[in-house]
Amino acid sequence: MNPYVGGALLGFVLIFSFWISGRGLGASGAAKSVVVTGVKTVAPAHAENTAFYKDYLESHPKPMSSWLVFEMMGVLVGGFLSGALGGRLKFKVEKGPNVTKKTRIIFAVIGGIFFGFGSQLGRGCTSGSALTGMSVLSVGGFVTMVGIFGTAFALAYVARKLWL
Amino acid sequence: MGPLIVNEIISENANMLFAFVIGIGFGFILEANGFSSSRRLAGMFYGYDATVLKVFFTAAIVGALGLLFLSLFGQIDLNYIYINPTYLYSAIGGGVIMGVGFILGGYCPGTSFSAVAIGKLDALAYVGGIFIGIFLFTEGFPLWEEFFNAKYLGSPLMSDVLGTSRGVFTLLLVIVALGMFWVAEKAEKRFARDDYKLNQKELKF
Repeated sequence: MNPYVGGALLGFVLIFSFWISGRGLGASGAAKSVVVTGVKTVAPAHAENTAFYKDYLESHPKPMSSWLVFEMMGVLVGGFLSGALGGRLKFKVEKGPNVTKKTRIIFAVIGGIFFGFGSQLGRGCTSGSALTGMSVLSVGGFVTMVGIFGTAFALAYVARKLWL
Repeated sequence: MGPLIVNEIISENANMLFAFVIGIGFGFILEANGFSSSRRLAGMFYGYDATVLKVFFTAAIVGALGLLFLSLFGQIDLNYIYINPTYLYSAIGGGVIMGVGFILGGYCPGTSFSAVAIGKLDALAYVGGIFIGIFLFTEGFPLWEEFFNAKYLGSPLMSDVLGTSRGVFTLLLVIVALGMFWVAEKAEKRFARDDYKLNQKELKF
């Protein structure tokens, strides 16, 4: 797909989302719902006695019935459909040419930990804070976008062995 | 008339159904643009593949322009659009930490889910990492609660801060984006790699 056409289509999905639901796209919020639900299920006493979970569950009594959780289930379906149509369904570890699969997996986990943590601190990730925030001209969205991409560019040289 | 949910034109359940449908569109477009490939995503930071920048900024300016036009034609009330509040310190700190995660892990959360959907195992590991990272945040919350809530600015818009109108700022954004697209096209030629093909059809995902 031509990236500018793809970007315009993504913009239309974003507008549609604003028009229907009054909000933009997101991703990390759904993962937070899963984590809170997991903690509540595995350690209910801990969830009840910890301020963070207590507050969250009070404002979100059913974390798994949230807009973002349904949206992210759709993302899995949509990604699968596109992959199926494009003949790209395949179990695979994708990596730079000069690292082992094991290194790639280890750094993927570490990267996920950083991004997961940062998305909570920054109140949203690339989708919810940066992309959606920019389209509504939110200052926070622009700040987060510069933070994410600026840092990744600044560290690209350090991490070059992973990708080049 | 929009947003439909705020004006009670659709029910809460219908809103959830639409969330699912919107997600399908989101995931499909991410995957179809190759956002399910960590090498493509990382490629932006080395210049050999700037697809991310092109898609991301095109989507942002189309989104911003779309909201302006819908508002102009009375189809959406911008007062009812959710705007992420700005807590300056945590927006910067969170952004920096996410940037570290991006360059090490090669995905962001949305793209990693679209990659899991087509069987990428590195994306599956990344999603596992996301859950761990969020768990660390929620468990240790009292430690960073103060930083998290510091420098609250409300929900300011760039146009307010710069003392201009939404339209003028959006025009500026479009001009900046076009400049970035120009740089992106140059970079892809300058940093092209022998072991990496830009054309997505030739990429063996």
